[in-house]
Amino acid sequence: MSNEQKVDCGRRRLVVTTAAVGGVGALTALVPFVSSMLPSERAKAAGAPVEVDIGKLEPGQMMTVEWRGKPVWIINRTKDMLDTLPKLDEAVSDPKSDKPQQPTYCQNETRSIKPEFLVAVGICTHLGCSPSSKFKHGGEEGMGADWLGGFLCPCHGSTFDLAGRVFKNKPAPDNLVVPPHMYLSDTRLIIGKDEKGA
Amino acid sequence: MGANTNFEKYKSDGSVGGNVLEWVDARFPLTSMWKAHLSEYYAPKNFNFWYFFGSLALLVLVIQIVTGIFLVMHYKPDASLNVNGIPVAFASVEYIMRDVPWGWLIRYMHSTGASAFFIVVYMHMFRGLLYGSYRQPRELIWVFGVLIFLCLMAEAFMGYLLPWGQMSFWGAQVIVNLFSAIPLIGEPLSVWIRGDFVVGDATLNRFFSFHVIAVPLVLIGLVAAHILALHEVGSNNPDGVEIKKHKDANGIPLDGIPFHPYYTVKDIVGVVVFLMVFSCVVFFAPEGGGYFLEFNNFIPADPLKTPPHIAPVWYFTPFYSLLRAMVWPFFGLDAKFWGVVAMGLGVVILAFLPWLDRSPVKSIRYRGPIFKALLILFVIAFGILGFLGTQPPSYAFFGVIPGAPVAQILTVYYFLFFITMPWWSKIDKYSPEPDRVTM
Repeated sequence: MSNEQKVDCGRRRLVVTTAAVGGVGALTALVPFVSSMLPSERAKAAGAPVEVDIGKLEPGQMMTVEWRGKPVWIINRTKDMLDTLPKLDEAVSDPKSDKPQQPTYCQNETRSIKPEFLVAVGICTHLGCSPSSKFKHGGEEGMGADWLGGFLCPCHGSTFDLAGRVFKNKPAPDNLVVPPHMYLSDTRLIIGKDEKGA
Repeated sequence: MGANTNFEKYKSDGSVGGNVLEWVDARFPLTSMWKAHLSEYYAPKNFNFWYFFGSLALLVLVIQIVTGIFLVMHYKPDASLNVNGIPVAFASVEYIMRDVPWGWLIRYMHSTGASAFFIVVYMHMFRGLLYGSYRQPRELIWVFGVLIFLCLMAEAFMGYLLPWGQMSFWGAQVIVNLFSAIPLIGEPLSVWIRGDFVVGDATLNRFFSFHVIAVPLVLIGLVAAHILALHEVGSNNPDGVEIKKHKDANGIPLDGIPFHPYYTVKDIVGVVVFLMVFSCVVFFAPEGGGYFLEFNNFIPADPLKTPPHIAPVWYFTPFYSLLRAMVWPFFGLDAKFWGVVAMGLGVVILAFLPWLDRSPVKSIRYRGPIFKALLILFVIAFGILGFLGTQPPSYAFFGVIPGAPVAQILTVYYFLFFITMPWWSKIDKYSPEPDRVTM
């Protein structure tokens, strides 16, 4: 066939249409493969609330429980620890907890239901490492003289105060997440569930 | 000289071997491939030390594939706990190390091979910088090379999750969370990558699949494209001059010698020396002082506790430093988003090198003081960024000079080196290139 022959527009249109329909088919075939990588039904079903006994948690101590595969910290803060919070309002980036990192019932100075008990997901809001506790003041933790106690993320150096509020100019953008939780009694706490449900 | 594929078919000399070859050659381009890529591929005669690393990269790729095949026979990608409370994946690696005959050797060859791969590839890339091997007409070879580098990073990262130690787990946690920094689609994207809301069994299984099938297939395809593109345009050389400008009566470059036997034999010398060093590491220092295999990775993954100091393996640390250097939000987007951008751009910007470099000559031998000074600074900056990436963010040199601002300054330099290259590569002084290669 010589190149000088005129293009048969009807045939060309058919070729283009066939290719386009074939392309749509090929793209559609991606759907099951791409979807198969989403969390499975089993993964979605996991995540039941966790009940915790906090009766033995002494003031100044911290315990960790697993909820939805993540560490959740419960810290029994002493009066000294709570007193550090107002002093840090200038140094933290979201002092009033304006961003929705906590249920509304924890949007207060201590970010908790009971002032002394902080319940927070122990996962840094930067890239998901679990910060280490540095409760002692300043030099004792190797944190610099003005350190009043809090958490240090070992991965990228973000720091949080004793209410899980992130300090300014650190890689982490937000305060630590406070999960939905409620008290079943004075010493029994349930994480992952509150008055509104799970 | 484009790879000639129209060589004459082999004519048998009547021997049995000759008859077989003639039969095959009539049906498959065996002799012409042999000639086009080896016995009649003419490479410049002045290759030096730096030209070992391409063939060594190929050797390491073979080592990784072969050892990998045998590791898969014993490894189990399973995050559930066994009767002793140890994750099955972690236990299966310990099983390979302790109970599988010669398993320790195969595993150490594979883990050392990963670091060796990056050493060799970094040297190979540096050779490209020294002699302008990315310049026209070799831009595509370079771009394929950058894609190979990206694949290699993906391959190494996903492979590192498999032993399911503390570093495996938290390294994967951090890198997958990088994607969540992308506005709007970030969060669902990272869930899709993990296959769960946290790094878990689903993540381990898919990384295993990518590590042993998907990425190696792409990698091999890209390596083939890299070599085909190279053989299409011909190799550069330490003088950065085109050997094809001067050909003899048969069209063969005067400064070219056949790759086989000349460079195959030269490369065997490189292979022997490489294997001596490689064996020393495998047998006497397989952990590489904690740089090749991090000590924390001998602890099973614990989703509730991050080790006090986590750092990626050494070959990622320069880019990890770029990530950590970004601590301020810009344009209303979180600092972590810009960290991801810096890290990604740090690799991708390499691909633009052929178009950023405006110097009239290719090789450092004829380039001026600006290039030499900036390149030395670049290597130092890359090295220090790499070192700082292995250290905690609070690190200070000699206990006084804080590392974090140093990393930020060097990050700026890293990018300025590339961004301002069109300007400084133009105003630099140059000495005249020779007409023919020098030895």
